[in-house]
Amino acid sequence: MISMNKLKRLLGIVWILLALACAYFGITDFGWPKVAHPKGNDDLVFGIIILFVLMPIIVGGLLKFGIYAIQGLYDEE
Amino acid sequence: MANESKGLWKIIGASSLGTLIEWYDFYIFGSLATVISTKFFPSDNPTAAFLATLATFAAGFVVRPFGALFFGRLGDLIGRKYTFMVTLLLMGGATFLIGCVPSYESIGFMAPVLVLLLRLLQGLALGGEYGGAATYVAEHAPANKRGYWTSWIQTTATVGLFVSLLVIMLTRMTLSKEDFNEWGWRVPFWVSIIMVAVSYFIRKKMGESPLFAKVKAEGHLSKNPLKESFGNKANFKYVLLALFGATMGQGVVWYTGQFYAMSFIEKICMVDKMQSDVLIAIALLMGTPFFLVFGALSDKIGRKKIMLAGMLLAVFCYRPIYEKMYQTVSIKNKIEIVSKQNTKLSFVTNPKTNLRDSVYTTNYYFQDGAKKTDVKTIFLMYQGKNIVTSKEEIKASIIVNNSDKWMLIWMVFIQVLFVTMVYGPIAAFLVELFPTNIRYTSMSLPYHIGNGVFGGLLPAVAVYLATKANDANSLAESAGQQLPYDKPYLEGLWYPIIVSGVCFIIGMVYINSKHKHIDD
Repeated sequence: MISMNKLKRLLGIVWILLALACAYFGITDFGWPKVAHPKGNDDLVFGIIILFVLMPIIVGGLLKFGIYAIQGLYDEE
Repeated sequence: MANESKGLWKIIGASSLGTLIEWYDFYIFGSLATVISTKFFPSDNPTAAFLATLATFAAGFVVRPFGALFFGRLGDLIGRKYTFMVTLLLMGGATFLIGCVPSYESIGFMAPVLVLLLRLLQGLALGGEYGGAATYVAEHAPANKRGYWTSWIQTTATVGLFVSLLVIMLTRMTLSKEDFNEWGWRVPFWVSIIMVAVSYFIRKKMGESPLFAKVKAEGHLSKNPLKESFGNKANFKYVLLALFGATMGQGVVWYTGQFYAMSFIEKICMVDKMQSDVLIAIALLMGTPFFLVFGALSDKIGRKKIMLAGMLLAVFCYRPIYEKMYQTVSIKNKIEIVSKQNTKLSFVTNPKTNLRDSVYTTNYYFQDGAKKTDVKTIFLMYQGKNIVTSKEEIKASIIVNNSDKWMLIWMVFIQVLFVTMVYGPIAAFLVELFPTNIRYTSMSLPYHIGNGVFGGLLPAVAVYLATKANDANSLAESAGQQLPYDKPYLEGLWYPIIVSGVCFIIGMVYINSKHKHIDD
């Protein structure tokens, strides 16, 4: 049980790093090029949704999830 | 016992019928998108085309989670029954009105604006419906059969899609092509109001959920469900867990099996539209009972095991399945009967230019019975007084033989099985994570973000990845270099594979599989 709780907390760091990686690639590779140089309406709307809907959910949510995991909020008693 | 079971069937019937109708309403817009775009969103008007894109994307991605918040809160404050009756009426009303909006030719710019607004209302209603129906059924069901009873709600999305395709097909068969394009496409929208009225009166007779009524009678209702759901760390951690450990993976597996497979077969494999519709419908029909099978099984061995097994299977099987589908249809693997090849020339009057465009139809026949048809259209236009060629368009379609058709059906069926594994038990799983007084709010948001955002974006992200791979290959080819992607048509699958993989790990490590009681 103790080792499982340790694993949960350690993986918290992975989720935070994953959130940061998603933020970097999501903005530079996916979202921003489509908003800055759209190849039509679909492209522009897709870019806006990536930047302002998907990214905040993934990045903000995973960061929070990672922090909670490190804090031991998911530990089993 | 018999009375209890009879009562439960009534509850399931009333809840499932309403949810099925809401999915039907939501899907007919997508299924009739081509006709709708010609009536309301003319492509030569850039603003109208932009509104069309918004109508497609916004209703699915942005508005659904807001609907979940708005109606979830309402459901926790005033009750499940009244809230999901409101969502039903809102959805039915919006759908009916879309069928009544005059075309762009009649009222101009107001037409696309009205359709967009009504489409947004549809998204809002859908966001509120599912959580209400799932919660309502779960709060009536006995603990040891909650997975089974709620899995009836899970069948409604697939059956709703099926019914929408059926109603559209019947309308098309009843009317001439001209009548259907002129006014007949409105019929499926009008049909909705009859179904909604029936469902409304059935639901009206139902009582409030017993658990909600008990919490209300004890004075334990939440004063601010949004704050208690998302502002309270002790509950918000479960909202995040539900999203990243369950609904995110479930959403992408669902969209891959039900929608991406369809688009892959039609657009990448280029299977004839009618044949691909039929084979998808058969696979869906064969797979639908398994929602109930896995829902019931989750009562015996736990929700977590089944959902995560579905995700893991998806991670490892998607690439082989899609490769098999591609190779099954590919004409590179077929031998052509060259002597049977024929080309016909016909002329079609273009309503925009009033010129007669040339249409070359070439048929290729293969030894295994497959047939490929290329339709090449040469469009003409006026340049001053001269008539010149404006552009050429080639559309290819393949009709495969019976054995290849069944191979495709099995490949789609396997994907639908994964869908039933992840989706069958999810309602019971979500309901069991949260307390009664904030259940509707708390479960609706992760569900609609997982499905609407992660799942809904799948086609766009997958197409983006595949296009990027194709572009890179084209660049390398023109530069005489080695191609960077061996199978560019499979690149789009990385999105569901990675999302499901991450979701599997989070679910595996963090979800506690112990049985939960929901009666607080």
